[in-house]
Amino acid sequence: MIGDYTLVEFSSILAMQGFAGLILFSVFVLMALGLAVIFGQMGVINMAHGEFMILGAYVTWLCSQFVTAYVPALFPIYFFIAMALAFVASGALGILVEWALIRHLYKRPLDTLLATWGLSLILQQLYRSVFGAREVGVSLPDWMMGSFPLTDIIEVPINGLFVMALTILISLAVFLLMFRSRWGKQVRAVVQNRPMAGAVGINTKKVDRLTFGLGCGVAGVAGSAFTMIGSTGPTAGQLYIVDTFLVVVFGGAASLIGTIASAFTISQAQSTMEFFMSGSMAKVLTLLTVVGILMLRPEGLFTLKMRR
Amino acid sequence: MMSDDTPRKSPIATRRRVLAGMSALPFMGILGTKVSAADYPTAVVNTTGLAVTDDKVTVGILHSVTGTMSISETGSVQAEKLAIKQINDAGGVLGRQIDFIQEDGASDWPTFAEKAKKLLVQDKVASVMGCWTSASRKAVLPVFEQYNGMLYYPTFYEGLEQSPNVIYTGQEATQQIIAGIDWVVSNKGAKSFYLLGSDYIWPRTSNKIARKHIEKLGLEVVGEEYYPLGHTQFNSVINKIKLRKPDVIYAIVVGGSNVAFYKQLKAAGIDMTKEKPLLLTISVTEDEILGIGGENIVGAYACMKYFQSLPNDNNVEFVKAFKEMWGDDIVIGDVTQAAYLGPWLWKMAVEKAGSFDIDKVREASPGIEFAKAPEGYVRIHENHHLWSKTRVGHALDDGQYEVVYETEDLVEPEPFPEGYQ
Repeated sequence: MIGDYTLVEFSSILAMQGFAGLILFSVFVLMALGLAVIFGQMGVINMAHGEFMILGAYVTWLCSQFVTAYVPALFPIYFFIAMALAFVASGALGILVEWALIRHLYKRPLDTLLATWGLSLILQQLYRSVFGAREVGVSLPDWMMGSFPLTDIIEVPINGLFVMALTILISLAVFLLMFRSRWGKQVRAVVQNRPMAGAVGINTKKVDRLTFGLGCGVAGVAGSAFTMIGSTGPTAGQLYIVDTFLVVVFGGAASLIGTIASAFTISQAQSTMEFFMSGSMAKVLTLLTVVGILMLRPEGLFTLKMRR
Repeated sequence: MMSDDTPRKSPIATRRRVLAGMSALPFMGILGTKVSAADYPTAVVNTTGLAVTDDKVTVGILHSVTGTMSISETGSVQAEKLAIKQINDAGGVLGRQIDFIQEDGASDWPTFAEKAKKLLVQDKVASVMGCWTSASRKAVLPVFEQYNGMLYYPTFYEGLEQSPNVIYTGQEATQQIIAGIDWVVSNKGAKSFYLLGSDYIWPRTSNKIARKHIEKLGLEVVGEEYYPLGHTQFNSVINKIKLRKPDVIYAIVVGGSNVAFYKQLKAAGIDMTKEKPLLLTISVTEDEILGIGGENIVGAYACMKYFQSLPNDNNVEFVKAFKEMWGDDIVIGDVTQAAYLGPWLWKMAVEKAGSFDIDKVREASPGIEFAKAPEGYVRIHENHHLWSKTRVGHALDDGQYEVVYETEDLVEPEPFPEGYQ
């Protein structure tokens, strides 16, 4: 490959590919974070994760429709409002689902898989009935489209930067919440030993509900952000679910740091390989590598040390 | 390719034979304008026990209205229902009103086969309008051949198939590809191409034909790549495209990937209105643009046989009727129009045969002309595909295409193109 290009071109390739990898990394982290919270902290396999994301995307779409129709002046900044609303909507749905469905299944983790899978089908058909089977186009403010040209070849997409910034922000927020707040301490206590946590006066049911809501809310924000780079349709959530689980499981289910490390590894590997071979082959090799590593380290990259 | 035992006769001879069979009946109505069911007694026009009564004939509609494919197939269902309604308003088929039974393939290929069997065996429908993906068509094909049904299949597809039990109202691959490539070469001076597609049979077969044709013209293919269905990250391939600097990006990306691809292309600073590189696609109709957003694909070229903006009178009427039935915000893509042709072509074949019998309809089909087609005149070829024109559209930012080129003559369908396999 190097033979065909000049040195300038080759260094540009490296720069652009590095950047493409970083964008992919941000996307992976953003979509996996919500799942990591739910799966890692609660042990619930949430197959409807993609649908919670798409709810966020639809909220963004509704916002864009509303703002264009009634308050066009707000259009340049509506996206931030939309993301906040997406968090609230998906989070609220998450809390509702936890109350109606998940809490009855905590003792049967495999059944949560079936139940949430059923939920994902129900939500898909619901979106189809409410919003129509066709994909909807979310229009974005102009400043979010396009790119900064750095050199002749290197151009930095603005929406990529936006996703990266958002990812850093959300990750920081989740970390502060989980590791620096009183509530986070309660969550971790419940994860480590539910009966003891209950015994010292933590309302474990409330903690569960809020944790599930938080995970879903983060998924909603991710879905909202992905309207910039992907499609918004009833089944679009399915596009993300496999990658999401891959990242979380590879990272080690109970570790948020692991999720981020795993997202980084997978995204860099995939985007580098995509450059040198076709997309389908790159995906196959990525999956093979992940499967291989998981055979050697079944717990994933990072594991919590705890007594079993 | 006709599979029935009767020797092939010209359609006119068939009709004479049918008329001769009815010579005992009072000879009326044939010369009149209004066809009455009484002129065509059920016992005569339906000798194989199809769902035909003295005032009604039942057909089937078999598409996905749930699942991933409903996004694409909804338009086809709407078009077929419109055509059936219009035919009924104009007096029906051989004086009988068309009634339809709609089944949901649910984006699942075995379900398609099961529902096809139900329509043919239990409901005895006289024809079926349906299927969208090649996978669903391949799944129902054995059913249609075993129970001798007639399927009107609307989607542009990869070709390499010709069944006596299917009429293909969309384009096979060469009809969609060759004229478009010739056009970018002669009008835009394109010399190098980057082929890109989703990873399944249609994009791969199409790109194979495109590559052969490009190489035949003595031009260069600088890259060819496939991405899994549902892939959402195209940054790497966009980088490759930037480095390879092709004159034309030839894109056959489908489904949700489409939206991701065009949004990221735009975000990466490739402005398609500058036509450097120029983007030519055969997979983005007006329907897909709804999801992509007109502003993200403005400037691209698409090679199809139909665009909603076609200015001819047939189409103006069709678009008006479609919007009256399904609402003003609706858009009509290539496949939707092809689906609309199905019921009409079937009606004309039935009337030409003077019978609902599948074998007679099949025999009557080649040569059927539909001059009122929204895309303009079409004719059924001996190989069950349609003679139709190929057109190139230029995407505008309101989500519509402006037609910039159409072939002078109808393009002959060649499902098994020689020299392209």
